[in-house]
Amino acid sequence: MRLAWQLALASDKITVDGVEVTLYEDLVQRYRISSVPKTVVGESLELVGARGEEALLELVQKAAAGGGASGLIV
Amino acid sequence: MALIDERVAAQVREELQGLEQPVRLAVAFQSLADPESEEVRRLVEELCGLHPKLRYEPVNFVLDQARVAALGIKRTPAIAVLQEPGDGQEQDFGLRLYGLPSGYEFGSLIEAVLDVSSGRPQLQPATLEALRALPSAVHLQVFSTPT
Repeated sequence: MRLAWQLALASDKITVDGVEVTLYEDLVQRYRISSVPKTVVGESLELVGARGEEALLELVQKAAAGGGASGLIV
Repeated sequence: MALIDERVAAQVREELQGLEQPVRLAVAFQSLADPESEEVRRLVEELCGLHPKLRYEPVNFVLDQARVAALGIKRTPAIAVLQEPGDGQEQDFGLRLYGLPSGYEFGSLIEAVLDVSSGRPQLQPATLEALRALPSAVHLQVFSTPT
Protein backbone atom coordinates (compact mmCIF):
# COMPACT_ATOMS: atom_id res chain seq x y z
CA MET A 1 0.00 0.00 0.00
CA ARG A 2 2.75 2.42 0.90
CA LEU A 3 4.24 2.49 -2.59
CA ALA A 4 0.87 3.61 -3.96
CA TRP A 5 0.66 6.33 -1.27
CA GLN A 6 4.09 7.52 -2.38
CA LEU A 7 3.01 7.79 -6.01
CA ALA A 8 0.03 9.91 -4.98
CA LEU A 9 2.30 12.20 -2.97
CA ALA A 10 4.59 12.61 -5.96
CA SER A 11 1.97 13.44 -8.59
CA ASP A 12 -1.27 15.39 -8.46
CA LYS A 13 -2.40 13.24 -11.38
CA ILE A 14 -2.52 10.12 -9.20
CA THR A 15 -5.20 9.24 -6.68
CA VAL A 16 -5.23 6.09 -4.56
CA ASP A 17 -7.95 4.15 -2.81
CA GLY A 18 -6.69 1.63 -0.28
CA VAL A 19 -9.57 -0.83 0.02
CA GLU A 20 -9.91 -3.42 2.75
CA VAL A 21 -12.30 -5.70 0.89
CA THR A 22 -14.04 -7.56 3.72
CA LEU A 23 -17.07 -5.26 3.56
CA TYR A 24 -17.25 -4.99 -0.21
CA GLU A 25 -18.28 -8.22 -1.88
CA ASP A 26 -19.31 -6.28 -4.98
CA LEU A 27 -15.73 -5.10 -5.48
CA VAL A 28 -14.39 -8.62 -4.90
CA GLN A 29 -16.61 -9.83 -7.73
CA ARG A 30 -16.09 -6.85 -10.01
CA TYR A 31 -12.29 -6.95 -9.87
CA ARG A 32 -12.03 -10.75 -9.45
CA ILE A 33 -10.02 -10.51 -6.26
CA SER A 34 -8.83 -13.97 -5.29
CA SER A 35 -5.57 -12.96 -3.63
CA VAL A 36 -4.21 -9.82 -2.05
CA PRO A 37 -2.63 -7.40 -2.33
CA LYS A 38 -4.07 -6.67 -5.75
CA THR A 39 -3.63 -3.31 -7.44
CA VAL A 40 -5.96 -2.14 -10.18
CA VAL A 41 -4.60 0.74 -12.25
CA GLY A 42 -7.25 2.62 -14.16
CA GLU A 43 -10.03 0.12 -14.66
CA SER A 44 -8.29 -2.63 -16.56
CA LEU A 45 -4.62 -2.97 -15.66
CA GLU A 46 -3.84 -5.22 -12.73
CA LEU A 47 -0.90 -6.17 -10.61
CA VAL A 48 -1.03 -9.05 -8.14
CA GLY A 49 1.24 -9.31 -5.12
CA ALA A 50 3.64 -6.82 -3.62
CA ARG A 51 5.72 -5.57 -6.54
CA GLY A 52 8.41 -2.97 -6.90
CA GLU A 53 8.42 0.63 -7.95
CA GLU A 54 9.29 -0.08 -11.60
CA ALA A 55 6.46 -2.56 -12.14
CA LEU A 56 3.83 -0.24 -10.72
CA LEU A 57 5.20 2.78 -12.56
CA GLU A 58 5.03 0.87 -15.84
CA LEU A 59 1.32 0.21 -15.38
CA VAL A 60 0.66 3.80 -14.33
CA GLN A 61 2.38 5.06 -17.48
CA LYS A 62 0.35 2.67 -19.64
CA ALA A 63 -2.89 3.79 -18.04
CA ALA A 64 -1.98 7.47 -18.36
CA ALA A 65 -1.19 6.98 -22.02
CA GLY A 66 -4.66 5.61 -22.55
CA GLY A 67 -3.77 1.94 -22.26
CA GLY A 68 -7.27 0.56 -22.30
CA ALA A 69 -6.29 -3.01 -22.99
CA SER A 70 -6.48 -5.40 -20.09
CA GLY A 71 -3.23 -6.54 -18.58
CA LEU A 72 -2.35 -8.70 -15.64
CA ILE A 73 1.01 -9.04 -13.99
CA VAL A 74 1.14 -11.92 -11.48
CA MET B 1 -13.88 0.12 25.99
CA ALA B 2 -11.10 1.61 23.88
CA LEU B 3 -10.50 0.19 20.39
CA ILE B 4 -6.81 1.08 20.59
CA ASP B 5 -5.39 -0.58 23.70
CA GLU B 6 -2.61 1.01 25.74
CA ARG B 7 0.14 -1.18 24.29
CA VAL B 8 -0.76 -0.28 20.69
CA ALA B 9 -1.35 3.35 21.65
CA ALA B 10 2.18 3.56 23.04
CA GLN B 11 3.61 2.15 19.79
CA VAL B 12 1.54 4.54 17.69
CA ARG B 13 2.59 7.55 19.77
CA GLU B 14 6.19 6.54 19.16
CA GLU B 15 5.64 6.30 15.39
CA LEU B 16 3.81 9.62 15.31
CA GLN B 17 6.80 11.42 16.80
CA GLY B 18 7.87 11.94 13.17
CA LEU B 19 4.81 14.00 12.24
CA GLU B 20 5.63 17.25 10.49
CA GLN B 21 2.53 19.06 9.15
CA PRO B 22 -0.83 18.49 10.88
CA VAL B 23 -3.06 15.85 9.31
CA ARG B 24 -6.84 15.87 9.11
CA LEU B 25 -8.65 12.53 9.00
CA ALA B 26 -12.10 12.98 7.50
CA VAL B 27 -14.25 9.93 8.22
CA ALA B 28 -17.32 9.32 6.07
CA PHE B 29 -19.90 7.32 7.97
CA GLN B 30 -23.57 6.38 7.99
CA SER B 31 -24.36 4.87 11.33
CA LEU B 32 -27.71 3.26 10.52
CA ALA B 33 -27.07 1.81 7.07
CA ASP B 34 -23.47 0.91 7.78
CA PRO B 35 -22.79 0.03 11.45
CA GLU B 36 -19.13 -0.74 10.71
CA SER B 37 -18.55 2.88 9.83
CA GLU B 38 -19.36 3.79 13.44
CA GLU B 39 -16.45 1.59 14.52
CA VAL B 40 -14.14 3.33 12.04
CA ARG B 41 -15.29 6.69 13.34
CA ARG B 42 -14.48 5.68 16.93
CA LEU B 43 -11.12 4.24 15.91
CA VAL B 44 -10.06 7.41 14.09
CA GLU B 45 -11.30 9.61 16.92
CA GLU B 46 -9.16 7.60 19.34
CA LEU B 47 -6.19 7.77 16.97
CA CYS B 48 -6.49 11.53 16.72
CA GLY B 49 -6.36 11.71 20.50
CA LEU B 50 -2.86 10.27 20.43
CA HIS B 51 -1.14 13.28 18.88
CA PRO B 52 -1.91 17.02 18.86
CA LYS B 53 -1.17 17.29 15.12
CA LEU B 54 -3.99 14.89 14.21
CA ARG B 55 -7.45 16.33 13.55
CA TYR B 56 -10.64 14.31 13.34
CA GLU B 57 -13.47 15.37 11.02
CA PRO B 58 -16.71 13.38 11.02
CA VAL B 59 -18.50 13.48 7.64
CA ASN B 60 -22.07 12.23 7.56
CA PHE B 61 -22.35 10.42 4.23
CA VAL B 62 -26.05 11.22 3.91
CA LEU B 63 -26.28 14.72 5.34
CA ASP B 64 -22.90 16.24 4.37
CA GLN B 65 -23.24 15.66 0.65
CA ALA B 66 -21.22 18.70 -0.40
CA ARG B 67 -18.28 17.55 1.69
CA VAL B 68 -18.66 13.94 0.47
CA ALA B 69 -18.61 15.18 -3.12
CA ALA B 70 -15.64 17.49 -2.52
CA LEU B 71 -13.67 14.58 -1.11
CA GLY B 72 -14.80 12.24 -3.88
CA ILE B 73 -15.91 9.59 -1.41
CA LYS B 74 -17.90 6.79 -3.01
CA ARG B 75 -18.96 4.56 -0.13
CA THR B 76 -18.61 4.04 3.60
CA PRO B 77 -16.73 3.60 5.76
CA ALA B 78 -14.05 5.83 4.26
CA ILE B 79 -11.16 7.91 5.53
CA ALA B 80 -9.68 10.82 3.58
CA VAL B 81 -6.16 11.63 4.74
CA LEU B 82 -5.50 15.34 4.24
CA GLN B 83 -2.60 17.59 5.09
CA GLU B 84 -3.60 20.69 7.03
CA PRO B 85 -0.70 23.12 6.65
CA GLY B 86 -2.42 25.93 8.56
CA ASP B 87 -4.92 28.77 8.37
CA GLY B 88 -7.70 26.27 7.70
CA GLN B 89 -6.09 25.25 4.42
CA GLU B 90 -6.19 21.69 3.19
CA GLN B 91 -3.77 19.82 0.94
CA ASP B 92 -5.37 16.76 -0.64
CA PHE B 93 -2.90 14.27 -2.10
CA GLY B 94 -5.73 11.92 -3.10
CA LEU B 95 -5.28 9.23 -0.43
CA ARG B 96 -8.43 7.40 0.68
CA LEU B 97 -8.94 4.30 2.78
CA TYR B 98 -12.12 2.27 2.48
CA GLY B 99 -13.26 -0.44 4.85
CA LEU B 100 -12.10 -1.33 8.34
CA PRO B 101 -8.53 -0.21 9.07
CA SER B 102 -7.87 -3.10 11.43
CA GLY B 103 -4.99 -5.55 11.61
CA TYR B 104 -2.48 -4.96 8.84
CA GLU B 105 -4.60 -2.11 7.50
CA PHE B 106 -4.20 -0.13 10.71
CA GLY B 107 -0.52 0.02 9.81
CA SER B 108 -1.45 1.28 6.33
CA LEU B 109 -3.45 4.07 7.92
CA ILE B 110 -0.52 5.10 10.10
CA GLU B 111 1.77 5.05 7.04
CA ALA B 112 -0.69 7.23 5.13
CA VAL B 113 -0.76 9.71 8.02
CA LEU B 114 3.04 9.87 8.18
CA ASP B 115 3.39 10.23 4.40
CA VAL B 116 0.76 12.97 4.10
CA SER B 117 2.27 14.79 7.05
CA SER B 118 5.67 14.92 5.37
CA GLY B 119 4.34 15.45 1.85
CA ARG B 120 7.66 14.18 0.50
CA PRO B 121 7.65 11.01 -1.60
CA GLN B 122 10.50 8.57 -1.05
CA LEU B 123 10.89 7.39 -4.64
CA GLN B 124 13.77 6.97 -7.06
CA PRO B 125 14.67 10.12 -9.07
CA ALA B 126 13.79 8.34 -12.33
CA THR B 127 10.32 7.50 -10.99
CA LEU B 128 9.73 11.10 -9.94
CA GLU B 129 10.74 12.30 -13.39
CA ALA B 130 8.45 9.78 -15.09
CA LEU B 131 5.54 10.83 -12.89
CA ARG B 132 6.06 14.48 -13.79
CA ALA B 133 5.62 13.52 -17.46
CA LEU B 134 2.29 11.68 -17.04
CA PRO B 135 -0.09 12.95 -19.73
CA SER B 136 -3.34 12.28 -17.83
CA ALA B 137 -4.82 11.34 -14.47
CA VAL B 138 -4.62 7.78 -13.16
CA HIS B 139 -6.61 6.20 -10.37
CA LEU B 140 -5.20 3.26 -8.40
CA GLN B 141 -7.11 0.85 -6.18
CA VAL B 142 -5.09 -1.34 -3.84
CA PHE B 143 -7.15 -4.20 -2.45
CA SER B 144 -6.20 -5.95 0.76
CA THR B 145 -7.52 -7.84 3.76
CA PRO B 146 -6.81 -7.30 7.48
CA THR B 147 -4.47 -10.31 7.72
